[in-house]
Amino acid sequence: MWCAAATALGAPGNAPASPTSMFAPESTPAHSIYDISIFVLEVSGAIFVVVASLLVYAVVKFRQRRDDDGTEPAQVYGSNQIELAWTVIPVLIVVVLFLSTAQVIHRVQDARRPASALDVTVVGHQFWWEYRYPQYGFEAANELHVPVSADNQRAPTFLTLLSADTDHSFWVPRLAGKTDLIPNRTNRTWINPQQPGLYLGQCAQYCGTEHALMLLRVYVQPRDEFDRWVREQQQPAIQDPSVAEGRRVFEATACINCHTVRGTVADGRFGPDLTHLMSRDTLAAGIIPNNDANLRAWIQNPNAIKPGSLMPAMNLSDRELDQVTAYLLTLH
Amino acid sequence: MASDSFPLPGSIALTPPHEISKTWLEVVHDWVSTVDHKRIGLMYIGYALLFLVVGGVEATLMRIQLVHPRATFISPQVFNRLFTMHGTTMIFFVAMPVVFGFGNYLVPLMIGARDMAFPRLNAFSFWMTAFGGLLLYFSFVGGDGLYGAGSAPDVGWFAYAPLTATAFSRGHSTDYWALSLLVSGVGSIGGAVNFIATILSTRCPGMTLGKMPLLAWMNFVMAGLVLAALGPLTAAQVMLMIDRYLGGHFFDTQAGGSAVIWMHFFWIFGHPEVYILVIPAFAFVSEIVPVFSRKAIFGYPAMVAATVAIGFVSLSVWAHHMFTVGMPSYGNAFFVLTTMVVGIPTGIKIFNWLATMWGGKIRFAVAMMFCIGFLFQFLIAGLTGIMLAAAPFNWQLSASYFVVAHFHYVIVGGILFALFGAFYYWFPKMTGRMLDETLGKWHFWLFLIGFHLTFDSMHIPGLLGMPRRIYTYEPGRGWEIWNLICTIGVLFQGLGVLVFVFNMIRSYYGGTPAGNDPWDAWTLEWSTSSPPPAYNFAKIPAVRSRRPLWDLKHPEDPDWKYE
Amino acid sequence: MSATPLAIAETPWTLPSKGRVGILSLIAAESAIFSIFVVAYLYYLGKSLAGPTPRQVLEVPIFDTICLLSSSITIHLALGALHKAKTGLFSAWWFATLALGAIFLVGTGRDWYRLIYREGFTIHTNLAGTTYYSLVGLHASHVTVGLVGLIIVMLLALAGKVRQEDAERCEVFSYYWHFVDAVWVVVFTVVYIIGR
Repeated sequence: MWCAAATALGAPGNAPASPTSMFAPESTPAHSIYDISIFVLEVSGAIFVVVASLLVYAVVKFRQRRDDDGTEPAQVYGSNQIELAWTVIPVLIVVVLFLSTAQVIHRVQDARRPASALDVTVVGHQFWWEYRYPQYGFEAANELHVPVSADNQRAPTFLTLLSADTDHSFWVPRLAGKTDLIPNRTNRTWINPQQPGLYLGQCAQYCGTEHALMLLRVYVQPRDEFDRWVREQQQPAIQDPSVAEGRRVFEATACINCHTVRGTVADGRFGPDLTHLMSRDTLAAGIIPNNDANLRAWIQNPNAIKPGSLMPAMNLSDRELDQVTAYLLTLH
Repeated sequence: MASDSFPLPGSIALTPPHEISKTWLEVVHDWVSTVDHKRIGLMYIGYALLFLVVGGVEATLMRIQLVHPRATFISPQVFNRLFTMHGTTMIFFVAMPVVFGFGNYLVPLMIGARDMAFPRLNAFSFWMTAFGGLLLYFSFVGGDGLYGAGSAPDVGWFAYAPLTATAFSRGHSTDYWALSLLVSGVGSIGGAVNFIATILSTRCPGMTLGKMPLLAWMNFVMAGLVLAALGPLTAAQVMLMIDRYLGGHFFDTQAGGSAVIWMHFFWIFGHPEVYILVIPAFAFVSEIVPVFSRKAIFGYPAMVAATVAIGFVSLSVWAHHMFTVGMPSYGNAFFVLTTMVVGIPTGIKIFNWLATMWGGKIRFAVAMMFCIGFLFQFLIAGLTGIMLAAAPFNWQLSASYFVVAHFHYVIVGGILFALFGAFYYWFPKMTGRMLDETLGKWHFWLFLIGFHLTFDSMHIPGLLGMPRRIYTYEPGRGWEIWNLICTIGVLFQGLGVLVFVFNMIRSYYGGTPAGNDPWDAWTLEWSTSSPPPAYNFAKIPAVRSRRPLWDLKHPEDPDWKYE
Repeated sequence: MSATPLAIAETPWTLPSKGRVGILSLIAAESAIFSIFVVAYLYYLGKSLAGPTPRQVLEVPIFDTICLLSSSITIHLALGALHKAKTGLFSAWWFATLALGAIFLVGTGRDWYRLIYREGFTIHTNLAGTTYYSLVGLHASHVTVGLVGLIIVMLLALAGKVRQEDAERCEVFSYYWHFVDAVWVVVFTVVYIIGR
């Protein structure tokens, strides 16, 4: 039953029914997990079939008949041989399961980082994701870009996981199992995606009011696209004179206390880096498309879209709102 | 079903010919000041039933919110309080009290004692538990506290640090969580002390530990686990309060404190806790299945050994709740091993129950139907547990709806089914009336259908990437249909419970009189009247085997010849 | 249920005393609580980010420890006297136990005064402070509870109400007192030997 469901739920290679199914792995750790999971499902399924059949048989065969004479059946108090048998068999099953599982644990957790790996530091915040690329010297937010890792050009991404506040968890099922982001603790995980595409996930450790809307978007790109993206991100912010008014409002209001726009006075660390805001498809950790109307609505009152978000409404006038939005829209 | 009660010399209650009528105030005073284990047991059970309904309402509200993606039926703040309160209520103010309630009622009767070892401590423990629950629920109305952001706790029932620090949990909501559980924890420890002293020190003559009913053994192991496991929870909560009020740094990550150490402390409590809840369910099944199979339990020594083994091993598995926190590979591997090992004695028990039914003459009274449901469902729950024990699989499934489905399978499909069985089996003893079997069958089938609709389908969103504790979710991930089916099942379960409550009320006033021994059973509680007199037995019995009433009913072939 | 009285009457039916079982169960539960505080203490050794370290501010309380551990001997002697119905001697040794326990508490209090007001080492100073005051404080609170029990029995003894028949009950209480002393051995080792 489980195997059928599993294969129905995931069809690696073609588009799966669900973009977050663990049965459609596209990255080495996810593949390893998939393989051991199928094995465990098969063993569990076999145990279920055997024991459940015996239960059904017992319930049917040994029910009291209508014409029962009312005597008690033979009283059997136990049997040491039978107890031994059904102790030894489970022990053997456990040994097999344990050894095969331990092997996968070691393979995934103790994988050595090759020199060609990309390093990304992920910092969890309430309720958004910060991504630092130390090898390239820039920071991004909420949308993680990584290169695809082909057989001839292994380019896994090794993630260092930190937290700025409470516990979070990085879970993109098609790429890897989840690993938690815990304050005052450095965790590490890795992905080795073999198919370009957009992979979805979300925070998987309750972190407060808007835990549910802390989505993950991982863009696995062919090498040249990824390199182009990196070059774009490394540039300081575009300075468009036509939105100078908006930039002035942005820098005069408290925005710069939380946000960074590289190349300007804004260097806050509490909220996402906005230097290349318009290079992102979504806002507010993946929950709304990034367009004029949504951006304006978000700035006007974040809590109307994501109640419990830690970004306050700054009570800007309509004019100021239009100006700031126009400014941010230039930050490609 | 035995048609007649079994009159045993010296066991018939000697009650006055007519009841002395009492005023309302006198009745209340009697119950509030009672130290009789039977009344305390009934109060625990009644208390648990009330909170079962409250917790069920909380669950229903959440399920309605989750039918559609991006629904706005409930705000995130309210939803987060609901899942916190639902979990805390069901574990601490439904499951624990009901387990203690049945244990309190039955253990002295089954070991031939007049009461628990410490009756006043018993009453004290009940009232501490009861006040703990009231304190927790006071949080809904207690208001906002100093910082204007209070109300019911919303940190999840395991309250991970540092979300519970004053920086992230302003107001008093977390304090209500910690303090109410500290209070009820005292009650739990008091109850456990009582069980152990009662079982070791007040058994009737001839009842060696090897002749005790399995229910007594299992409550004994459960009590031992309470003594070992509640301490860590108490300690962790005291540390949390020191952090929140005295400026301590136990879980203050900014000062070098560790969030992971809270997890360790909590789960050192939390895992044995679920065995504390399930072992009494095993006890019910171990008493009911033999009677309705008309055979002695198969492998009594193995059942005792398995239970004790589960008790000890369960203390070593806790970090399987923490496979994703970044423990080193050998650490993870250790907990994989211990978790799988604890499945072995658990499986052995299932086989022994199966063997008890094998070759028997199974009678499908409602109590037995619930126990058969338990057997299938607990088997499945155990197997999903083995899946979760495989750490790599766990890296996908942890904190997802698969885990939620797994533990509800254990607690609802396992424990609650066994509990319903216990109600149908012992309600006659407690009230002197039989529960209606027809209504019972309606209850069983409605609840069974609802349970499977909800909790079978709940596994799938987890496999498809749906985390737990989210007040809403994105469309297009394949989760919608399963959430819908899940919510529909709630309706059936609710109806089943309504039928059950109706059955209890109706049968209490007008059910068939039960007599001493309506089921033709074999343990000592069936030798006294239904309900038993305050003193339980006119004469303390002396026993010679594990089934004293079998010996009396079958003098030509008593058990003590074979044991 | 007097089916086969003969078989039962041959072997006398003795069970452990419920008082002893009860107090030992309570001690088991309390040990679990203390263990967690000990683990936290050991885990956080050396992890404070700032502030004084234990080595810098803690003074080993030799005298207080000797007093507390001796009180286990005096309570044992008190019970021995009570078993032999020597109630006067019982009262004397019992009082000694009470006094030694009180000295321990006063000593702890004075040490804390010094730590807080002269050394600036408080529960919120750093991890060392949090774990130290919690662990030693938890123990001190148990000593206090024990002292309350000792005082109650003392008053009853002075009123002449404690007799030889009560020896079993006092014995059960003494288990708790011995437990408190045993915990101090562990706390002392962890805080003043390992931790410094």
